[in-house]
Amino acid sequence: MNSQATAAQVQTEAPAPQGTAGTPLVGPGEQAKVSARNANVYYGDKHAIKDVGLDIKQNEVTAFIGPSGCGKSTFLRCLNRMNDTIDIARVTGLITLDGEDIYAKRVDPVQLRARVGMVFQKPNPFPKSIFENIAYGPRIHGIARHKDELEEIVMTSLERAGLLGEVKDRLDQPGTGLSGGQQQRLCIARAIAVHPEVILMDEPCSALDPIATAKIEELIDELRQNYTIVIVTHSMQQAARVSQRTAFFHLGNLVECGDTEQIFTNPQHRLTQGYITGRFG
Amino acid sequence: MQAFTLILVLAVLTVVGFRMGRGRAVAVVGGETRKLHSLPSYHGMYVALWCAVPSFVLFGLWMLFESSIATQLTLANLPPQALQGPDGQPLSEARIGLLLNDIRNTATGNIAGSSDAIVQQAAQYYNGIRATGDWLLTAAALSLAVLGAGFGWKRVSADLRARNDVEMAVKIFMIVCSTIAVFTTIGIILSLLFESLRFFSRVSPVEFLFGTHWSPQISIRADQVGSSGGFGAIPLFAGTMLISFIAMMVAVPIGLLSAIYMAEYAPRKVRSVVKPLLEILAGIPTVVYGFFAALTVAPFFRDSGQLFGLSISSESAIAAGIVMGIMIIPFVSSLSDDVITAVPNAMREGSYGLGATKSETIKRVILPAALPGVVGGILLAVSRAIGETMIVVMAAGLAANLTANPFEAVTTVTVQIVTLLVGDQEFDSPKTLAAFALGLVLFVVTLVLNVIALHVVRKYREQYE
Repeated sequence: MNSQATAAQVQTEAPAPQGTAGTPLVGPGEQAKVSARNANVYYGDKHAIKDVGLDIKQNEVTAFIGPSGCGKSTFLRCLNRMNDTIDIARVTGLITLDGEDIYAKRVDPVQLRARVGMVFQKPNPFPKSIFENIAYGPRIHGIARHKDELEEIVMTSLERAGLLGEVKDRLDQPGTGLSGGQQQRLCIARAIAVHPEVILMDEPCSALDPIATAKIEELIDELRQNYTIVIVTHSMQQAARVSQRTAFFHLGNLVECGDTEQIFTNPQHRLTQGYITGRFG
Repeated sequence: MQAFTLILVLAVLTVVGFRMGRGRAVAVVGGETRKLHSLPSYHGMYVALWCAVPSFVLFGLWMLFESSIATQLTLANLPPQALQGPDGQPLSEARIGLLLNDIRNTATGNIAGSSDAIVQQAAQYYNGIRATGDWLLTAAALSLAVLGAGFGWKRVSADLRARNDVEMAVKIFMIVCSTIAVFTTIGIILSLLFESLRFFSRVSPVEFLFGTHWSPQISIRADQVGSSGGFGAIPLFAGTMLISFIAMMVAVPIGLLSAIYMAEYAPRKVRSVVKPLLEILAGIPTVVYGFFAALTVAPFFRDSGQLFGLSISSESAIAAGIVMGIMIIPFVSSLSDDVITAVPNAMREGSYGLGATKSETIKRVILPAALPGVVGGILLAVSRAIGETMIVVMAAGLAANLTANPFEAVTTVTVQIVTLLVGDQEFDSPKTLAAFALGLVLFVVTLVLNVIALHVVRKYREQYE
């Protein structure tokens, strides 16, 4: 497939893959922020993602659901080329961001990751102060020209992540000293500080208690105004609560994707129905 | 020879005890081993332990005290005139010691021995005691073994908690093993301490620790030239510090950078080859490094110094320091590599996820996170450098110069300890005792460094667990 193809061309020209795997999430005429066509991932000999094609729309929350080991995290990590850091991982197919192939030779994964931020399953603040945790991204990308600007960015990011009120007085304390939920919001603030366009979240609430989870979910809903969000989750309730669109993965295949409401009330595929009604997974 | 036979017999008895115990355990329950509390082999071990432990303990105690008991008996049996000098006065402690030595040597026939009739007689008596003692020991040990085995064998029954007892015995044995190291350390410290105290009763600690003149000779006669010794150890400490500093200047950058390369950049294949190779450096005997320093590196510095018009002595601090640094590289690199790989992958991913490059991630996230561990590794390496002896003996020289010039010859604490103790020495002169005081200082310094290093390393560990 021509890697120079624009997203629009991709939508019209891409041969529809078998089954529902290729069904676009967006209707015709709508611009997809991220889209994948015939994406395959191999870990050594293991074929982890099989011919996945989907579109992710701007300013929406897209949820990836599916049983453990179905490849949803793997696919998520393809979207900012995090899989590059794993030696044995190999990605084929076309994945585009704003119509540009992100696996093209001239794309620097480092720059890509500044545009597509990521929040991980386990909160992973750096063993630095809260301030330094957030200032890390802007510093390495040279976003702030002087100290005041940097402080401004740190404050806005904390504010947006809903953490400012809680940590205002202790910005110089280590970020590892916060509670799990606060740490995760710190990580979200850290991601926001680089001004990404897309934020990938890999089960961001799986290590948190229900109250912290509720806060993060609220935050995700607010962040949707400014960012495109992709979230991997094991909790179907969470997917139903926060996402507008849902994609169901099973054994490396994209089984079904569509409006969240439709997936949860009227799933087209037998497997999806089985999974969301709790018959397996 | 007899002792060896005895051990062999005891061992055979133990094996027999084991088989008998196991056999009886099976017999007691009529072959239905499931009725036993413990497996048959535990019953066997139980009997074997009863057989072996008392007899071997007796044997060990005998080994410890036999010679002193025999000596005391011999001493008591000596005719009174043997313990008096020609002047009729009782002999001094040292004289008695000499006499006893003479008797023992005559008894074993080591040397031609004394022709003195008294000594001959005493030697015969001594031999007699030892022979009797050996027979006594054999009889006692064998009967203890048989009795113990019999006792254990008697106790074997279906309800006997043999496993618990055997495991307890094994546990006690392990405790004894682990305390051996501790007691050895305590013993070494005490001997260092007492000899140092003897030294400090002759040379004041202030002079030793703060004096700048080191010339540890002692006059044999009062009118000898240069009879006043100097025991100011500052030049030695300074020399040690200078050489260790040079060594660290070599080892830290090279070790750290190679650790970073191996932990973060090297492909698995390269790593699996380079890491063992680096660790081979640690396996080279230090005396070989010494050759290298004295025969290759030092002349190289002297010759290249001449090129630039510098006079570098052929035993220079820099040659010894550089070679020592090379020796320490594997310490630094291996320990740093461990702590760098111990930094959780989540840190790396978090940094990459923000669009950081590899080098930014290493500089700003990995190294700060690993720093306490790296510092701990470096401190361990420093204590190794301070205690290193062979390289400096061969390459650093003996002159106690107080200088910061790395091109001059300096000497270190360890070198001086070696020279103070080499050769025939009067053991109670300050010159020899100074070695113990130096050893004590060295011990304290490395101990403190190690404690700090371990503390730092432990603190680092807590951060991620």
